[in-house]
Amino acid sequence: MTDILLLLIGATLANNFVLTQQPAVYPLNSAAGKLRSVIVLAAITSLVLMLSSVGNYWVYNFLLLPFGLAFLRTVIYLLVIATLASLSGVVISKTAPEFSRLSGLFTLLITTNAAALGLALVNDNNSSSFPATVVYGLGTAAGFSLLLILFSVLRERLMFVDVPQPFQGPAIALITAGLVSLAFMGFAGLV
Amino acid sequence: MLQVVLACVPGTAALWFYFGYGVLINLVWLCVLAVGLEALVLILRQRPVLVYLRDYSAVVTAVLLAVALPPTAPWWLGLCGIFFAIVIAKHLYGGLGYNPFNPAMVGYAALLLAFPVPMTRWLLPAGVTQALPDIGTSFALFLDHDIHTGIDAYTGATPLDKFRQHHALLVSEFWKGTAVMGQWSGVGWEWVNAGFLGGGLYLLHKKIISWHIPLSFLLAMTLLAALFYDGGSSQSHGSPLMHLFGGATMLGAFFIATDPVTAATTTRGKLVYGALVGSVVFVIRAFGAYPDGVAFAVLIGNLAAPLIDRCTQPRTFGHSK
Repeated sequence: MTDILLLLIGATLANNFVLTQQPAVYPLNSAAGKLRSVIVLAAITSLVLMLSSVGNYWVYNFLLLPFGLAFLRTVIYLLVIATLASLSGVVISKTAPEFSRLSGLFTLLITTNAAALGLALVNDNNSSSFPATVVYGLGTAAGFSLLLILFSVLRERLMFVDVPQPFQGPAIALITAGLVSLAFMGFAGLV
Repeated sequence: MLQVVLACVPGTAALWFYFGYGVLINLVWLCVLAVGLEALVLILRQRPVLVYLRDYSAVVTAVLLAVALPPTAPWWLGLCGIFFAIVIAKHLYGGLGYNPFNPAMVGYAALLLAFPVPMTRWLLPAGVTQALPDIGTSFALFLDHDIHTGIDAYTGATPLDKFRQHHALLVSEFWKGTAVMGQWSGVGWEWVNAGFLGGGLYLLHKKIISWHIPLSFLLAMTLLAALFYDGGSSQSHGSPLMHLFGGATMLGAFFIATDPVTAATTTRGKLVYGALVGSVVFVIRAFGAYPDGVAFAVLIGNLAAPLIDRCTQPRTFGHSK
């Protein structure tokens, strides 16, 4: 039980995927907009992250490993993630029509979110057990959502800031992401 | 802003008394650098230099970073830290009033990650050590000369750092066997904290800061510390008094967390923000990798402040919610 809890805290705060492994910085920077749509994006990304980490676990252990096809895993994982992401797009446009205009963008952001792929690869490399895979997926999803929401509100504030010309746009966003990562270093050693 | 510098005097004086001239050297060096860098950036951006320098915000940043640096800090440590604080954390965002993160704490956190060894080389306080480094030795340390000979006689782990390693000892046994532990917390540190508490109360009296952030900061920390105190067993994370008067608690609660630019601004938001920062400080001290966590906790609080403000917006007068 303690192990599982530590894994969850670790994935959310101490080893936050976005900040320590940096595969998911892109959607962080592109997701500006109304708080409500950012929360919806965070929720859907979380769902896809969790489903795809579980799905990829099954695919790896019951399909790729027995047939000796582990070298195909990157391509297969991307296929699983893209399928899940498009499915989520369909689900959004059916259940929440007010976001249907954004569902294409969401699908794109989730598919290109390297956190999903990175998560699956990290799980293989650690040869995680099934419960550990689920919890790690949950923690990564929570950590990603937390950052996405905090960062989008912060970026809204940055829009009114008098940034020197050479640093405007993505430059200051990346510097901000760096400073956020600096802050999260404080959680090092929690696990 | 000059009032803030004035309010730092008692705490800084206590630091000087217990840790020697290094504190003053850091203070002067960082103030000079901060004003210089601020002027340089203003000239580069073609802004009126004197107008902006007169708000003394650069000096406040320098003072807050200087009292956080160890008194043995060499000159380049302060230079790197204040560069991070003034240029990156403040002026890349457009200067005073725009920066999302507290400049002094960005400088401190960056230094702690980049140069962990000089950043943790604290002196033993007066009263525990035979003698503090005299003014000549302090200057030699500042100029980065001669570091390896003799300095080991003066340095030692800070009380909070020591306490993390009390392992199998009961708190009372640990207290008796450890010279740097004083009445409630570390020798010297209790007075440093008392000094900053006094300065903080002066700021409250002058209505420069409001009571919300310091109170909820200290309350959250006290509650958590009491919860994990464990009656002083070998698993204890220390008494609330040790946490309140140890490390950078009072400096953080009254001087750093209350920065009007980077903290939450609504009334309820301030209470949430203070409690968040106070809790994170305790969590880092008790369970994290660092002996003290004020800098990181304030940065986490800064990150959360816009969202806290958003969620605690007061009802507009005359409108229902």
